[in-house]
Amino acid sequence: MLDFIKGTTLAANEWKTLRYPPSAAEEHKQAGKTVVHKVTGTQAADMETIAALKIPAGKLIVPLKVWIARQEELRPRLAAGELGVWCESFEVIEDLLATVDDINDFPVIAWDFVRFTDGRGYSTAALLRQRYGYRNELRAIGDVLRDQLFYLRRCGFDAYELRADRSTDAALTGFADFSEPYQASVHIDQPLWRRHIRG
Amino acid sequence: MYRYDAFDQQLIDERVAQFRDQFRRYQAGQLSEDEFRPLRLQNGLYIQRHAPMLRIAVPYGLLASHQLRKLADIARRYDHGYGHFSTRHNLQLNWPKLEDVPDILAELATVQMHAIQTSGNCVRNITTDPFAGIAPDEIIDPRPLAEILRQWSSFHPEFAYLPRKFKFAINGCQHDRAVVRVHDIGIELLRNAAGETGAKIWAGGGLGRTPIIGEVVSDWVPWEHIITYCEAILRLYNRYGRRDNSFKARIKILVKALGIAEFRRQVEAEFAQTKSSATTLDQSEYERVAKHFQAPAYETLPAENTAFETARATHPAFAEWVKRCVHPHRVSGYRAVTLSLKAHGGAPGNISAAQMESVADLADRYSFGEARVAHEQNLVLADVRLADLFELWRSAREAGLATPNIGLLTDIICCPGGDFCALANAKSIPIANAIQARFDNLDYLFDLGEIALNISGCMNSCGHHHVGHIGILGVDKDGSEWYQISLGGSQGNATRLGQVIGRAFAAHEVPDVIEKIIAVFVEQREGDERFIDVVQRLGLAPFKARVYGIPAKEEVTHA
Ligand code: SF4
Repeated sequence: MLDFIKGTTLAANEWKTLRYPPSAAEEHKQAGKTVVHKVTGTQAADMETIAALKIPAGKLIVPLKVWIARQEELRPRLAAGELGVWCESFEVIEDLLATVDDINDFPVIAWDFVRFTDGRGYSTAALLRQRYGYRNELRAIGDVLRDQLFYLRRCGFDAYELRADRSTDAALTGFADFSEPYQASVHIDQPLWRRHIRG
Repeated sequence: MYRYDAFDQQLIDERVAQFRDQFRRYQAGQLSEDEFRPLRLQNGLYIQRHAPMLRIAVPYGLLASHQLRKLADIARRYDHGYGHFSTRHNLQLNWPKLEDVPDILAELATVQMHAIQTSGNCVRNITTDPFAGIAPDEIIDPRPLAEILRQWSSFHPEFAYLPRKFKFAINGCQHDRAVVRVHDIGIELLRNAAGETGAKIWAGGGLGRTPIIGEVVSDWVPWEHIITYCEAILRLYNRYGRRDNSFKARIKILVKALGIAEFRRQVEAEFAQTKSSATTLDQSEYERVAKHFQAPAYETLPAENTAFETARATHPAFAEWVKRCVHPHRVSGYRAVTLSLKAHGGAPGNISAAQMESVADLADRYSFGEARVAHEQNLVLADVRLADLFELWRSAREAGLATPNIGLLTDIICCPGGDFCALANAKSIPIANAIQARFDNLDYLFDLGEIALNISGCMNSCGHHHVGHIGILGVDKDGSEWYQISLGGSQGNATRLGQVIGRAFAAHEVPDVIEKIIAVFVEQREGDERFIDVVQRLGLAPFKARVYGIPAKEEVTHA
C-alpha cells in the first residue's frame, strides 16, 4: 500500500518504527495538565523499559535511547543496513552523532513530531543536512500533516509518514504551496536574491 | 517605500490561495480546530470575544496613500467602518466575518499588503522608528534592513513553529524610539570609528507577564552578518526554548536560565558555523532594497518661512499644535507631523474609514503620498513643507486628527482590552476615556508637559504599561475588573520598568487616583521638570501616601 511519501511522491514504506509501550511514557504534569512538549534533554524512558523492549526482525527504526543503550546487540543490524533510529521531539541529534564515526552509517533517521506545532525538528533537520553531512533518508513521523510538508521539505526532510487518519495522496499538493521562497534552506539552498535578478 | 517585484507579489498571492484552501478544508471538517488555529493565527486571524479579529501587517509602519484607501474600503465593506492601530504598527479589524477573510486577504494582496505572521509562534512584524530616514539624530536608516528582515522572516521554514511569538525592533538613531530593549531581538544600527555599519544586538527583552529588559548579546555585528547572527539566536531558541509551559516559553526565559554569558557563547558558537553562508548579505542586495527608500524629491527651501511664522503668531491653537505635533526634519524647510489618533473620548488608536481617506489625501497633498504608523498608535506624515503646515493643520482638524496632545497625558497608549479582546481581564478603553475626560483642559495638559500613560487590559501587556511613566494594568479579582497602577516606567535609551504602587482600584476610582498622582507631581515639581524626572527624584513614597492616604512607608506589593 502506498501510504507513505518519499521525496514528493507516494511510496511503499519498507520500515517499521519501534515505539515504547504506551505505559512507559513517563507522565509529566504541570498545574494538573499533562506536558506534551517536554523540555529539551528530558529522558525518554527508563533503563528497565529500554532493556525490556522486544526488538523484532526486519528493517526497523528504533528509539534513540534504545540504540544508545543496546548498541552492541544492534550493531550487526546496522551493518546489515536494516537499522534506523528515531528521536523524540525533546531529544538532541548530537547524542546520535556521538555514537558513530559517520552519520551516513544510518540508512534512515526519523524525527517524531509529538505535535505538528513542535518546531524543534526543523532546526534539527537543517543541522543534520548542512552541518553534519547527513545524506540518507530523513523521515518525519508522528503528527505529520499536509500543511507543514512544504517547510519540512525545505529544512531537509525527504520522507513523511502522515498521521494515520489523513490521506497521504491528498497531502501531496502541500509541496507546491509556494514556488519561489525568499530564504536559503536545505531544499533551495540560495536565497531568492541570489537565485534571480530582482526588481 | 518598498514596492513589490513579481516574486514578492507571487508569494503573497500564493499565500492567499493557501489560506483559502486551508479555510475551505477547515469548514469541510478536514482540519480540526486545533490544526487550523496555528494556520489562521499566522494569517493574523483571531477568534475574539464578539467576532473574529483580523490583524493586518503594516511592515515597519509604512503605508502608501493607495494602501490607506484600500484599508478604508475594506473597513467599510467588511467591517464596521473603522480599524485600530496596535502598538506594533499593525491595523486590527474587529468585526470581519470569518468567511470573508480569504477575500479580505485577496483584496489586501492587490495593494501589496497581507496579514502574514501578525500572530502565532513565529517571527512577527518588525517595528521601527516612525521618523526613520528623516530624523536629525539618525545614524543609519533602518528601513532597508527592516525590509530585508521582512523578506527573510516571511515563511522562514525553520522558524514557523517556535516555542512562542518572536518580536524584532530596529533602531538607527541616537535616541531609541523603537523600544529595542523590550523586544525578543532588538537591533541598534551603529557606525564605528572606521565608518563601517554594524549593529548592537539585544535579546531577551519583553513585556508581558514577566517584563524583562533585554541584554546585549553582541556589541558589534557587521551589517552583512546581521541575518545570520539572528538566525543563530533563533536556532538556539527554537531548539532549547521551553515548550512545556507557555508562560515560560519566550526567549527571555532562556536567556535568564542560561545567563547572558552562556547564551552569548552558544550563539557565537552557532554563528561561527553559519557566518559566511548563502544567507550572508552583500552590497548589491542591500543597495537593491535601499534604493526603494531613497529620499523623495525635496525642494531646496530656506530654514524659515514667514507665512508659517505669521500663522503661528496669529493662531494660538495652531501654535499649540505645532508645539506638540510637529517634529524636526533633517532637511531644511521640512517637518514631520503626527496626526493624533487620541481624540478625547475616542478609543486610542482607532481610525474611521473616512479618516483613513483623509490621511491618504493629506499624504498625497503634503507628504509624497506616504504615511507611517508610530508605536504610540498615532500616524505620522514625515515630509511636510513648513509652508504647508497651516493648511495641513486646518484639514487635519476638520478630520479630527489634530488633537494637540502628542506626548501628553491624554496621548494614551491603550490596548483594545475587554471590549474586544478575549484574553482581557478588564476593559481598557473606558479607563482611557475617563482619564481624558478628567483632564480635558488642554492648557492644563500643556503645563503638565510630557507624561506617558499606558494601559493594558491584561498581563500580555499589549498596551506597554510597564514602560509608561504611569502604567495601568487590568487585573481580575474574584471575577471583577480592577486596575493596578505603576509609576516610573520609561522607554527609549533609559528604558525602565515601572513599579506597582500598591493595591488595585475599581474602574471608577482610577481618574481620582491619577488626579492625586498628578497633584503630587505639580506640588513637587521644580521649574519645568518632567513628570518622570520627579518620580525618579522622589521615589514612590509621596505618591503612595497621597493615593492611599497613609504615611509613606514600605508596603508589600505584588507585581
Ligand atoms: S493586553 Fe491583554 S487585553 Fe489588552 S489586547 Fe493584549 S491580550 Fe488583549
